[in-house]
Amino acid sequence: MSEKKIERREFLFTASYAVGAVGVGAVVWPLVDQMNPDASVKALASTEVDVSTLEPGKAITVLWRGKPVFIKRRTTEEIAEARSVKMEDLKDPQKDEDRVKDPEWLVMVGVCTHLGCVPLNDKGDYNGWFCPCHGSHYDTSGRIRKGPAPTNMEVPKYEFVNSNTIKIG
Amino acid sequence: MSDHEYVPKSKFGKWFNDRLPLLSLASHLTDYPTPKNLNYWWTFGGILTFCLITQIVTGLTLAMHYIAHADLAFESVEHIMRDVNYGWLIRYIHANGASMFFLAVYIHIFRSLFYGSYKSPREIIWIIGIMIYLLMMAAAFMGYVLPWGQMSFWGATVITNLFSAIPLVGVGIVEWLWGGYSVDNPTLTRFFTLHYLIPFLILGLVVLHIWALHVPGNNNPIGIDVKKPSKDTVPFHPYIVIKDAFALLMFMIVFAFFVFYSPNILGHADNYIEANPMVTPAHIVPEWYLLPFYAILRSVPDKLMGVVAMLSAILILAALPWLDTSKIRSAVFRPLYKQFYWILVVDVLILGYVGAMPAEGLYLLVARVATAYYFIHFLIILPILGFKEKTIPLPLTITEPVLGGFPDPIAVKKNESLN
Amino acid sequence: MKNIFQIIYITILLLVGTYQVNAEEKIDLLKVDWSFKGLFGKFDRSSLQRGYQVYSEVCSGCHSMKYLSYRNLSEKGGPEFSVAEATAIAANYEVTDGPNSDGEMFLRPAKPSDKFVKPYDNIKAAQAANGGAYPPDMSVLIKARSGGANYIYSVLLGYEDPPIGVTIDDGVYYNKYMYGNNIKMSKPLIEDAVEYSDGTKATEEQMAKDVTTFLMWAAEPHLEARHKMGFKAILYLIILTILVYFSMKKIWSRVESEV
Repeated sequence: MSEKKIERREFLFTASYAVGAVGVGAVVWPLVDQMNPDASVKALASTEVDVSTLEPGKAITVLWRGKPVFIKRRTTEEIAEARSVKMEDLKDPQKDEDRVKDPEWLVMVGVCTHLGCVPLNDKGDYNGWFCPCHGSHYDTSGRIRKGPAPTNMEVPKYEFVNSNTIKIG
Repeated sequence: MSDHEYVPKSKFGKWFNDRLPLLSLASHLTDYPTPKNLNYWWTFGGILTFCLITQIVTGLTLAMHYIAHADLAFESVEHIMRDVNYGWLIRYIHANGASMFFLAVYIHIFRSLFYGSYKSPREIIWIIGIMIYLLMMAAAFMGYVLPWGQMSFWGATVITNLFSAIPLVGVGIVEWLWGGYSVDNPTLTRFFTLHYLIPFLILGLVVLHIWALHVPGNNNPIGIDVKKPSKDTVPFHPYIVIKDAFALLMFMIVFAFFVFYSPNILGHADNYIEANPMVTPAHIVPEWYLLPFYAILRSVPDKLMGVVAMLSAILILAALPWLDTSKIRSAVFRPLYKQFYWILVVDVLILGYVGAMPAEGLYLLVARVATAYYFIHFLIILPILGFKEKTIPLPLTITEPVLGGFPDPIAVKKNESLN
Repeated sequence: MKNIFQIIYITILLLVGTYQVNAEEKIDLLKVDWSFKGLFGKFDRSSLQRGYQVYSEVCSGCHSMKYLSYRNLSEKGGPEFSVAEATAIAANYEVTDGPNSDGEMFLRPAKPSDKFVKPYDNIKAAQAANGGAYPPDMSVLIKARSGGANYIYSVLLGYEDPPIGVTIDDGVYYNKYMYGNNIKMSKPLIEDAVEYSDGTKATEEQMAKDVTTFLMWAAEPHLEARHKMGFKAILYLIILTILVYFSMKKIWSRVESEV
């Protein structure tokens, strides 16, 4: 057999493998992707919450996308405490100003960034939240201060529809 | 396969066997030469087969009544417990069966560690065994999610969130696993599907595990290579069959005590509360058989490193045949290894204990020391020990020490006590 | 080698030490010698019937039992009311059925096959009516609390004034045995809160015991069958084990004699 013929044969083989792989990939992808969040889950619309009855120092928990969201009306002491923290002391440095739209209202996803438990309000060493699962402490701005959680509690997309209503999502 | 060619007696048998050698296989299995000094620690292979079949049979029957839907799962389990004929019995066998399965597998693994059964030429058996163990953990974890109680839900949340520790793609993977933005109905239905599938994968691996075992044959308490068949071996049937049956019956008595008299003692009370995504139970604890790894996870303060440590703790076992540099298999002839073996046993028990306790103060300290020791055992002690240790001379055959031709009287005594 | 034993010894000491530290935080629950404990444990039939009375007259105003049906009350191993009695009990309640031929939902008296009627339509309604706290469903309550029957019994009898220095919010009560000591439910059992038809004196202890027994049955309706079958199964296993043991000795004696 001439070298050219061998080359052509090799090319044909490689091309067959490559085209075959594309076909396999095209079949596998739908089978993998079907597990991703489906259209009905993604469509779960935003939640509107009436916060008019919430007193300073109290918090409520609402469900959004299957996750709890904390809405806390902070007292002036709690705001002051959150703002007096030095950035060097934080594991995940973030200013309190960047975490709230109105300092009185703290809105965040109430899920511990370690392994997803729901932290308890008014517990822990920093007067904020404490996660009962693996002992992460959060401060009055929901920032991680102590324990295994790597980041601060997430602030979702939200807006004030009016002074009494917060729209999450 | 067999050492001697098997020829069926009947004409039909011969005709059939020429086309599909099932009869040859059966003959191989019954005549399979087994070391005659196998002690009761060797009966757990048979016990584990029993456990697997029990789980598959009870699981299949439960699946006829269970409904994998977030709104109905808890209720359907109560329906099984209250209304289905013998439903309570089948469910309690299945739930406690998981614990019994793990109890047996841990004894099986630690027997292997003591007698060096993972060493050449049995590395493949060992690695298949580790794969089975990993699949068992996956099946058990997903099975625990199905009743959709508080522990189901939060256990699923915590374990799936482990994947979020992976840099960059972690969150995407977790949402892919969940099929949403939190553990919810899509998660439950896929866990049910996989929980149904995995036992059959395990069954397939078990066939390979036994196949790989039948190539070199069983290890034995003395750990020497045995000529087979010989004076040192007995045919599998009836000798090993009857011994396995006896041990299995003893095991079943213990099993029955749990099922009939303490069916919920190994579970967690919170799992009789329906799942609630708004409230996390005060102490999230996995089932007892996962506690040592849970302790390792929590003992590392960094999220990613904790997950890495926990996975390594399991995967390190796969490398064991090469980490243990000693040529001698059985700890009976390794005086130093024997000591370290028992320290490891205690270490794992300690990890299991602190895994059940809150991760704070003294518990955390103990968990860290025990975690460190776990890795030191496999990564430092075992490799060095193989070179440094002065071992006791091995007998040439199993029969020899019993006949009195054995040079070391201490080892003879130990040998006898093992039989 | 001595060092190794020392290490083991120290770790064991450490374990025992931590265990004791942990144990100190717990307080001992009241213990009752329940008739349903043990190998042959059975329910006290009259206690179950009284317990149902306490449940229906005291608890059921707030606590649902959504997994039980009225027919269960006459089933074997339970309170064993007669079928007529269970039917009469069911008839006291109204359930929504339908739609009828006009497409309307309608109310009708409950039948034995119906589930226990819930005091509230949903959890939110229950919370709204009880100051934000949801009175838990009682179907499997005993199994959902780690102290089991003793815990429920203890909480029922654990109401007392808070110790000096402990302040309690309005609408919350102090309970010695409740986890966290704060309970939203006011003291439910007061002497003679029910009038037992069998003449038993309705003391607090008696009612607590009866209703706890009833809840145990509700959570574990097949407990008696389980105990009975367990005894037979284990006896059978022991006999078979003995037989197999001697067969094994017989078979292995061939090998032993060869050696």
